[in-house]
Amino acid sequence: MSDVNGSGKFLVGIYDDDDVVLKAVRDVKKAGVRIHEVYSPFPIHGLDVALGHPRSRLGIAAFLFGLSGTLTALTLTAYTESFDWPMIVGGKDSYSPVVYVPVIFELTVLFCALGMVGTFLVSNGLGPTVKPLMYDLRTTDNKFAMAIDLSKNNLVEGDIEQILKNSGAAEVNVKQF
Amino acid sequence: MASAHAIPSLDEQFEFTAESKRRLLIGIGAGVALVAIGAYLLASGVGEHGTHEVVHGTGASEGHDGGHHAYKWTNRLWANVWLNAIYFTGASVIGMFFISYNYLAQAGWSSAFKRIPEALPAYLPFMGVVVLAVFFIAGHDLFHWTHEGLYDKASPDYDPIIAGKQGFLNTPFYLIRVVLYFVLWYVLWRMLRNFSLQEDLHGGTEYYEKSIKFGTAFLVVFAVTSSTSAWDFVMSIDTHWFSTMFGWYTLASWHVTGLAIITLTVVTLKERGYLQIVNDSHLHDLGKFMFAFSIFWTYVWFAQFMLIYYANLPEETIYYRERFSGYGGIYKAPFFINILLNFVFPFLVLMTRDAKRTYIFLKLAAWGIIVGHYFDFYVNIMPGTVGEHAGFGPIEFGMILIFACGFMWSISTQLTKANLIAKNHPMLEETLHHDI
Repeated sequence: MSDVNGSGKFLVGIYDDDDVVLKAVRDVKKAGVRIHEVYSPFPIHGLDVALGHPRSRLGIAAFLFGLSGTLTALTLTAYTESFDWPMIVGGKDSYSPVVYVPVIFELTVLFCALGMVGTFLVSNGLGPTVKPLMYDLRTTDNKFAMAIDLSKNNLVEGDIEQILKNSGAAEVNVKQF
Repeated sequence: MASAHAIPSLDEQFEFTAESKRRLLIGIGAGVALVAIGAYLLASGVGEHGTHEVVHGTGASEGHDGGHHAYKWTNRLWANVWLNAIYFTGASVIGMFFISYNYLAQAGWSSAFKRIPEALPAYLPFMGVVVLAVFFIAGHDLFHWTHEGLYDKASPDYDPIIAGKQGFLNTPFYLIRVVLYFVLWYVLWRMLRNFSLQEDLHGGTEYYEKSIKFGTAFLVVFAVTSSTSAWDFVMSIDTHWFSTMFGWYTLASWHVTGLAIITLTVVTLKERGYLQIVNDSHLHDLGKFMFAFSIFWTYVWFAQFMLIYYANLPEETIYYRERFSGYGGIYKAPFFINILLNFVFPFLVLMTRDAKRTYIFLKLAAWGIIVGHYFDFYVNIMPGTVGEHAGFGPIEFGMILIFACGFMWSISTQLTKANLIAKNHPMLEETLHHDI
């Protein structure tokens, strides 16, 4: 989706209220400004639509991770129970898929869950050694920030600042990475 | 979030047209005619496969080898009435279940169409009468445990296992329980329904608070009675066999059927121009409900099956042997249709987001579930009651027609009795802006 590893000069509008920032997104876009990203301490309903984010491809990733878990479980059970050390339990065939449905199910869920955590970390630029970009520290507390990448906008800085202020920004700061 | 679209009118009066009434009456008439034809064919022996000494297959049913209650053609008739009565009892009571847990969760989104689940339980009294009537008329033919000899040590029929269950499975207690189920379910629904109608007139949150209380009371009652009624209505047919999953299993089956009926009704009403305030997001949530509870049903079905398969105890596996290979294999097809229609079909149809917002896919999945769970109860009820004499003939289709048309009549009548939207529901504002 958005480029998390932004570099260069940003204008950051700080808002006090989630309703204001949601309306501001529409106003700022209407004024012809390209918004880099909006940061909020909590999810705002309808923000992704207002920002025009494309539909998330998370479902596809989840499906593929799940599928890898299913295949791993099928291979694991088939290899251990019917090739490496065939065993007959309870008079069943050495490979009876019905018995392994719980294993298959659990590994599907496990791979899917771990894969999604990984996807989350990568797509958000988080991780043990990565230093995340903070446009404004207060977005982890009670403020909402709208970041504008100046290099991707044709308008001059002063105009954008005015547009942000008009849209209800309490303050507009410059952030250089 | 500011709403850009105008809110449609909240005043909608459902009209049960003469044309719909005529169609339902024709349906019931056709059902009666089919049942009559089927009964005539059975009574005159047409369509019976050979003698009564038909191969019992590998899974000769318990209790059906004794000569003391030989098969009569009426058994199949009564087994069909019982099957449909249990199916539609479940479908009706789930309406109450749905509104109750939505009240308990203080869910707002579902209040847009809450009149539809609210209309379902009106069918309960009729089903109660049918269930009791069948038990009095044909209880002896359908339920092996009703035979006195089983409990008498001196009798040749004495069965120590069934005698051990006498504390629960005896006719007086059984009748008390059955009456109690229907009375409790119906009375609690009646109260919620009255609160809802009063709320339409007077507004305020007083009725809402009361509904939460009585809805919760119903959930407590239903937590117990959903399981015990499943034992009484279905599991006691195969008296020797038992499964600790059975209550949940039947509840799951009833629940997803009820959800499919609610969804189908909402979509049908929308197609006819009613329920303007129900938007894509409501439909999406209903679709998710059907999708999730199809999987839940499958989960319970599989858990029950796998434990029995794995443990491999003869007294438990007989249940699946009968259905899988017993009685000349006639239950094998319904057994697999059951899984295909109730798991594979809705799983594939409802998987994508767009499908859950599209009328045709919702209707397809709902119909699949509704038909599929008929097979579910068919597979559970028929082997123990009629064994190798079951089949799909005029009697089956006729009986479904009678019960289904009656159910639609009952729902339509209830829908006309109130505004189609609970216009003073405290959560209405939330449901009007429902957006996911």
